[in-house]
Amino acid sequence: MSAILIFMAGIAAIITWWMAQQRLTSKPWLEVGRAGDAPGRDGSSLAIEKIGLGVFLAVVGALFALFISAYFMRMDMADWWAVPVPKLLWVNTVALGLSSVALQWAKTEIREGHDEAVKMALLAALATAVLFLVGQVLAWRELVAAGYVLADNPANSFFYMITGMHGLHIIGGLVVLSRTTLRTWNGAVQQDKLRLSVELCAMYWHFMLFVWLILFALFAGWANDFIDICRQLLT
Amino acid sequence: MAVVVVLVVLAVGSVLFHLLSPWWWTPIASNWNYIDNTIIITFWITGIVFVAVVLFMAYCVLRFRHRPGSRAAYEPENRKLEWWLATVTAVGVVAMLTPGLFVWHQFVTVPDDATEVEVVGQQWLWSFRLPGSNGQLGTSEISSVAMDNSLGLNKNDANGLDDIIIEGGELHLPVGKPVKVLLRSIDVLHNFYVPEFRAKMDMVPGMVTYFWFTPTRTGTFEILCAELCGVGHPQMRGTVVIESEADYQAWLQEQPTFNQLTASGEAQAAN
Amino acid sequence: MVEIQSGIDEAIPPAETEDVELYHPKSWWTKYVFSQDAKVIAIQYSMTAISIGMVALVLSWLMRLQLAFPGTFTFIDAESYYQFITMHGMIMVIYLLTALFLGGFGNYLIPLMLGARDMVFPYANMLSYWLYLLAVLVLVASFFVPGGPTGAGWTLYPPQAVLSGTPGGQDWGIILMLVSLILFIIGFTMGGLNYVVTVLQGRTRGMTLMRMPLTIWGIFTATVMALLAFPALFVAAVMMLFDRLLGTSFFMPAIIEMGERLQHGGGSPILFQHLFWFFGHPEVYIVALPAFGIVSDLISTHARKNIFGYRMMVWAIVVIGALSFIVWAHHMYVSGMNPTFGFFFATTTLIIAVPTAIKVYNWVLTLWRGDIHLTLPMLFALGFIVTFVNGGLTGLFLGNVVVDVPLSDTMFVVAHFHMVMGVAPIMVIFGAIYHWYPKVTGRMLNETMGHIHFWITFLGAYAIFFPMHYLGLMGVPRRYHEMGETIFNPPSAQTLNIFITAMALAVGAAQMLFLFNLAWSLFKGKLAGGNPWRATTLEWQTPQTPPAHGNWGKELPIVYRWAYDYSVPGAAEDFIPQNQPAPDRLSRGALT
Repeated sequence: MSAILIFMAGIAAIITWWMAQQRLTSKPWLEVGRAGDAPGRDGSSLAIEKIGLGVFLAVVGALFALFISAYFMRMDMADWWAVPVPKLLWVNTVALGLSSVALQWAKTEIREGHDEAVKMALLAALATAVLFLVGQVLAWRELVAAGYVLADNPANSFFYMITGMHGLHIIGGLVVLSRTTLRTWNGAVQQDKLRLSVELCAMYWHFMLFVWLILFALFAGWANDFIDICRQLLT
Repeated sequence: MAVVVVLVVLAVGSVLFHLLSPWWWTPIASNWNYIDNTIIITFWITGIVFVAVVLFMAYCVLRFRHRPGSRAAYEPENRKLEWWLATVTAVGVVAMLTPGLFVWHQFVTVPDDATEVEVVGQQWLWSFRLPGSNGQLGTSEISSVAMDNSLGLNKNDANGLDDIIIEGGELHLPVGKPVKVLLRSIDVLHNFYVPEFRAKMDMVPGMVTYFWFTPTRTGTFEILCAELCGVGHPQMRGTVVIESEADYQAWLQEQPTFNQLTASGEAQAAN
Repeated sequence: MVEIQSGIDEAIPPAETEDVELYHPKSWWTKYVFSQDAKVIAIQYSMTAISIGMVALVLSWLMRLQLAFPGTFTFIDAESYYQFITMHGMIMVIYLLTALFLGGFGNYLIPLMLGARDMVFPYANMLSYWLYLLAVLVLVASFFVPGGPTGAGWTLYPPQAVLSGTPGGQDWGIILMLVSLILFIIGFTMGGLNYVVTVLQGRTRGMTLMRMPLTIWGIFTATVMALLAFPALFVAAVMMLFDRLLGTSFFMPAIIEMGERLQHGGGSPILFQHLFWFFGHPEVYIVALPAFGIVSDLISTHARKNIFGYRMMVWAIVVIGALSFIVWAHHMYVSGMNPTFGFFFATTTLIIAVPTAIKVYNWVLTLWRGDIHLTLPMLFALGFIVTFVNGGLTGLFLGNVVVDVPLSDTMFVVAHFHMVMGVAPIMVIFGAIYHWYPKVTGRMLNETMGHIHFWITFLGAYAIFFPMHYLGLMGVPRRYHEMGETIFNPPSAQTLNIFITAMALAVGAAQMLFLFNLAWSLFKGKLAGGNPWRATTLEWQTPQTPPAHGNWGKELPIVYRWAYDYSVPGAAEDFIPQNQPAPDRLSRGALT
């Protein structure tokens, strides 16, 4: 359960940092009138949607941290044979990275108001993300062809299950991204809404890229080396 | 007023029930009277807190219930009182936890002179294995389980050949000698539980779990399964007999070894 | 010692009419069925939860009948008994308590108590309910499939949960159970995001965190915990589905089942238990924290006194929420996990007792020198304290690792968790329904029926679960559909079982009266007016009762004070609503 505990410690740190600013030691019964610390609506100045997405990403993060925890615990059992990482995953990683870069580009362009560039960037992001998914499916097929079927070994099972779960999240993101892309052609949509939409997509994409990089490191075995080093430090 | 009376009756009644009712634990038959003592300490501390809180509530309702014209006091907090109460609580918690951890340390530290006994669970019966003349249990693996080898002993392990196998029968143990019970399951989770011994532990397929105890009085005790293991769960009973060393040795001589069982199995197959 | 805020004399600008993007209903369907109004969603959640809860109640009757008179009821065999036990537990914990506290009370109270017009993402909120309903329907469907629902116990421990020795293990039962849980979690996440972000961003002007009623603190913290804990159940459910359907071996070791070697090998049942309890223990507090919050407000309002030690109460909620993530393995002391973990988890578990005890002290100290109105909500709150203290104290037995060894998996555990997370939170739910029903419907619940309901429920439930501890102490294991003959158990234990069953039937019957009261008072109840309890919090200050869509008419309320200005010295009334500007600071200054 080490991965999830580290993740939860991170969340706890964020919550503590936030709470530290909320004057939790004030004595509310002495403060009648408009509370001095309450500018505007007392909340954060960030858009509601961004905070909502942030909370959602924390949940997704917990989900993957738990999968990783289970992965480590199961790995300790005797019957574990690691899966060789298909070369194709490198290509996929680049594709997802480019997708993230494209969305970052779209984000900058929409701030500048360059409509055409935004459309280009969003299309590029869509295309590369689809490429990533296709690549993942090809990687699966390659592994199956090489005899690494789902139920043979827990390492295989985890590989398919976790990449599948990550892929599902990308598919969900693609639905939203497609909608946003379509809306860039619809002149009736307000510019600031569109901008928010693009920013949310970019945020989600960066996060899923981050998750993927961790998963990649996990499957490639680097994470294990890291764990071994930690263990040695502890003992 | 009814509320006050009911609260008082409830607090006093609970204590009386605890003291007077015939329902109490079954007499202990192992060295774990430390556990019983920790429970008693916990009963005292928690009982006092429970009665105090409920009676205090009853008093508040009696004294401060609404009457025409009455008005509540205004007191947002009282740091001194709160810290004082928190400290007293912390002391109570430490008073329960300390003996608890101390006894837990004993519980997980198996004495060197403990004899190993293996208990194997399967849906829904108990089997046992005792070390043979060499005093050691042989290895086992799930892939060796067969008609004539229901516990899955490794036939190539010489240590296992003289092991004594009891399938579905009674387990006998000598009184006064510490026993390390090794627990194994060949199908689902079970839990080896003898109420008089106060100890229990899950049996998990794929691993060997353990606990230890010293039987302190002779008698016949019932083994229950304490982990839901399918529809036959309540019927999964067994018997353990604690007896004097002499009786135990006499019983032991009558039990078949693994070698004998396999031989007779092969003989039958040949016929 | 008084420090009056410097900003107090500033002119306060009127709250502008917010440019709210509420989706106003256009037809009967979007108003009452596919509604995006949190209040309607709350009622939908509550009614669904109570309906499925009734199924669980009936199942508990059947189980009790079997335990008191084994063999008399031929239709309750071992198989159906285990199915009842599983469905009863799962429904009560997840589909009733979690859904009702967060989906029901959360949806209704968060926007109203914070002065918001609605949840921040109303559409996702609506989806949340429909996914919940779908999850409930999938669960109910498992009663009608071949093999019936799963009988693995609510903990669904593998390997037995997916094997043929357990009802539904090799049939549809376990699959539908896991699918239903997955749907519930997805649905809950949608709702949970709403509750959290609404508390963060939806508060009206002046509503600082430390002015929030404890109800909101409880629901907010519980939601944050649920969002982080449910993924563990999600992961466990997905992995078990893989094991069951695709033949993987995440949790499945090498097994000989009924003389046959299964294809699985090498998996770890303990891994499942870790994942399950990483969700399962926070779940206890996901149910308890909203109850803590709500009962604080009930006690304060009906004792006409501010909640004692508000700051300590807030901190305790947060600390309990945080600690509950590092105690999960106290459910696994005898699971065969590394025994040295016991030291750590026993210590963390018993540490939780301190903030919890502080909460109890503060509740009873709120009663001290109060002006206690023995209304129905107050009676239920008193009932809550008694049952919660009782159940919480027996938790000190089970959390203290070595004491748990003889008691775990016995009826002592059953009695403990029913008292602490069954009876106690349900007492709060009843108190809360009696308290807020007038706001939801505009009418009071009938008092006579309410009193009968209270006394039978409170005393009956106590009489069920208090003696049950002693069955466990004697060594009666849980999850036995019949005890049969034993050496260690006196025959009188069966008398106790019959007594418990009689009480259970009576308590169940009292709930029928309660349901009748809910329906009857809707038409015949006394008209309530806007603020029948003379309470300070914002939901009682709405322009209409029941509140209309958008809650506040043209202008949002502005908050000038904390939620507990009861019996303030010098004030004319014994309560000052949160949105009342007139500062009575002179008299307060004189006081302190």
